Amino acid sequence: MKKIKWVLAAVAVLGMMLCTGCRSGENGEIYVYSYGDYFDQEAIADFEDETGIRVIQDTYDTAEEMYPVIEKGTADYDVIITSDYMIEKMIHHKMLLEVDKKNLPALKNIDSRYMKKSESFDPGNRYSVPYMVGVSGIIYNKKMVGDVKIDSWGDLWNPKFKDSIVMPDSVRDDFMIALRLLGYDQNTSNEKEIKAAAELLKKQKPLVYKYANDSARDLLADGSAAIGVVWNGEYIYTKDLNPDVEFVIPKEGTEFFVDSWAIPKTSKNKANAEKFINYMCKAKVAKKNFDYLYYTTPNEAAMKLIEKKYRKEEAIFPTDETLDMCDTLKTLDTKTTDLYSKYWKEVKAK
Amino acid sequence: MTFSKKWSAPFIVFVIAGTVIPILSIAYYGFTARGGGITLDNITAMFSANHMQALGLSLLLALVSTLVCLIVAFPMAIVLRDSKFGKQGFTIFVLILPMWMNFLLRTMAWQVLLERAGVINGILQALGLPRQEMMNTPGAVVLGMVYDFLPFMILPIYNAVMKIDSHLIEAAYDLGAGKAYMYRKVILPLCVPGIVSGITMVFIPALTTFVISNMLGGGKVNLIGNIIEQEFTVNSNWYLGSGLSLVMMVFIIISMVLLEKFDKTGEGTFI
Repeated sequence: MKKIKWVLAAVAVLGMMLCTGCRSGENGEIYVYSYGDYFDQEAIADFEDETGIRVIQDTYDTAEEMYPVIEKGTADYDVIITSDYMIEKMIHHKMLLEVDKKNLPALKNIDSRYMKKSESFDPGNRYSVPYMVGVSGIIYNKKMVGDVKIDSWGDLWNPKFKDSIVMPDSVRDDFMIALRLLGYDQNTSNEKEIKAAAELLKKQKPLVYKYANDSARDLLADGSAAIGVVWNGEYIYTKDLNPDVEFVIPKEGTEFFVDSWAIPKTSKNKANAEKFINYMCKAKVAKKNFDYLYYTTPNEAAMKLIEKKYRKEEAIFPTDETLDMCDTLKTLDTKTTDLYSKYWKEVKAK
Repeated sequence: MTFSKKWSAPFIVFVIAGTVIPILSIAYYGFTARGGGITLDNITAMFSANHMQALGLSLLLALVSTLVCLIVAFPMAIVLRDSKFGKQGFTIFVLILPMWMNFLLRTMAWQVLLERAGVINGILQALGLPRQEMMNTPGAVVLGMVYDFLPFMILPIYNAVMKIDSHLIEAAYDLGAGKAYMYRKVILPLCVPGIVSGITMVFIPALTTFVISNMLGGGKVNLIGNIIEQEFTVNSNWYLGSGLSLVMMVFIIISMVLLEKFDKTGEGTFI
């Protein structure tokens, strides 16, 4: 019996140790959960000075990692930032609170085009506020590709670039490319189409130097690779390191993402959360974050403050026609996810 | 309750929280279908062509790297026994030194070395030699495995070699054994326990690694560890991931049992 007591005591101590990390729940604090390194820390400091609300930040790497944390209530966050398909999933599972637009006067700064695009995953824009937009495209070294004109996903299959192609290491992103090239919907659940795309990717594999998510820009920057797939936000960074680098959005269209602010149901301080979101929508703050990230900002008011050389760049601020060709990746049902995963393993096993 | 029992409580908690609960939850997920209900599908999934191929490649690369580690470590241990430095433990200290650094960082360092525009190619180019293209091949993965796990092979063999009574060696020479015969009949058998634990400590992490293949294989070397990792992270299919992990555990238990047998016969015959 005594033994059990000891075990229980130890469990209790362990439990207490774990819980001190949970939260303190005082007024004047706000817990923010975001992708890593996703806003200028200066903007956060300014917010703290201006409102007296202390911001406690946590970061995650993938939306899939964030989801169970919110779902299981491991920690209560007041504000999260995550991507379109995840917002849709969280709305579906009733995990988000409606944003009160009365408390967001700065919402008027957001470009109506992106608000409209957001409706595809958040009808009526009730739960989310767009923060950053990214468009996937081809980055290439104009010296290394020579006289080949790069304007299609098909250029990633050009045997001339053998061992100089960098592809994303991600099922959906690679299938998006192959499906678009075949003229299919990037969110298809038709097995025949998925299989055809897999065959295409298998054909490409011997040409690929590396499947990588973050290092494409680095390999392009140091001239190790001639052509790769990156988000448009990586372009300025890479170009600064290597002036030979160009970015193009392929004519078959592409995927884009909208990362948005949202308030989880578990939020303990909705008023502060809205104050924070509103602050991030202010033109000056959005400009600061743009200068930090170089992704497409959906903030129209910030556009006016952004340096002209960036504003002109179609890679960063795509035209309406380009935007019309873009689509977000939708969450698939488990049966379709398993299909993609099965065929992806085949591609990888080749 | 005795004093020692009292102090074992934290360890009981540790074992329960750190081993029993995780294994039970993996077993639970492994035998559960995604929609609920008991199933064996996650276990039998290991025998699908894609998974078998990845397992085969994992076995091959793990075997090769274990063998390379053994070939490097055994002579090294012998040399260390005879050298003055070896007795002072200085050389072994130098060998172990890199282990104090996180193995992720060490693997990342190989990325920097092997990359096309990396350090090695920089040196080769400066010397006017052709570039190496090892990055993102199975060879690079084996290199990473050998580098990361080599100390685990050296240490147990070194310990076994250092424990050999030099009188035994002298006796062998006195009885007319040549050098090669002595190594074969005295040193090698006495090292078997060290070799066996070295093999276990290299083979098992090499078999299940996914970090090394991710970092040095460029996403082109798909090991069973990568597949399991992908199931947990990207596909959010914890059920299949757990099922495959269970099969891997069985694999590891089998290889440990086999190796232990080897160990025992070695000890029984020669000591």
